Amino acid sequence: MRAPYAAGVSDEDLVRRLRAGDESAFSEVINAYHPSMVRLAMSFVPSRAVAEDVAQDTWLAVLRGIDNFEGRSSLKTWIFHILANRARSTGVREQRSLAVDLGDEASVDRRRFDEKGAWSDPPAPWSDEIVERLSSGPFLAQVQEAISRLPDAQRAVVTLRDLDGLSSKEVYDVLGISEANQRVLLHRGRSRIRAIFEDEVVKR
Amino acid sequence: MRLFTLRRDIVCREAVELVTDYLEGKLSGREARAFEAHLKACDGCDEYVRQVRATIEILGNVQPEDLAPGTRQGLMELYREYKGG
Repeated sequence: MRAPYAAGVSDEDLVRRLRAGDESAFSEVINAYHPSMVRLAMSFVPSRAVAEDVAQDTWLAVLRGIDNFEGRSSLKTWIFHILANRARSTGVREQRSLAVDLGDEASVDRRRFDEKGAWSDPPAPWSDEIVERLSSGPFLAQVQEAISRLPDAQRAVVTLRDLDGLSSKEVYDVLGISEANQRVLLHRGRSRIRAIFEDEVVKR
Repeated sequence: MRLFTLRRDIVCREAVELVTDYLEGKLSGREARAFEAHLKACDGCDEYVRQVRATIEILGNVQPEDLAPGTRQGLMELYREYKGG
């Protein structure tokens, strides 16, 4: 996770400068959050272009609302909350919504367990360098591709939690889902990605 | 998500469904102890949890794209229009 702003810059400081009309503060926040906002918006809307529009509208709402920001959440969560609301209503207009499908979904292919529920085909150990290996170079694209294959709701939760580093509470607030559903979606998303890594990335 | 009760031992097929609840601190003390006891006794599940932790770490290393210069310019123009108007 990238540190949101230059070292030593606090939310209070940024909010004060944004309220004062300091252009460099706006430059800092768009730098820190715009790409993540577009990434999140894409879970709700059908295209990158629409996601960019939603993110742009969100910045106008942020500028209009900054005087009313009370600091009860982090600036980032507040901005993401506005974004998610807008993306959701845009997604509804575009006939797409973040469906939370909580049907049955096994974390691991059930054929890998015997009739008593013990592993018959246990996971082969990953090397100690796996994190380093998959975090750089040619594997990075495969990691991103694996994330892109998640169902929308799982991708939104995994992205906010594990890529953007929001807390569980921040994620369910931003997405307007229950704490329990957030955890189910996180579980399924992470489980799917582990399985994709196991099947397609680690073995090669 | 509660898929089992702890009247009996956890089996592997159930343990893999509890990993997130465990990592999020959502298992009760008793449940967490049973889960940990299972990991101690089961190499397959112990490795599985290590892989989930590695997966989380790998995801945490994915950086958002940099802001494209054209996008940045567009947003700064939007800002100036808003402030000017």
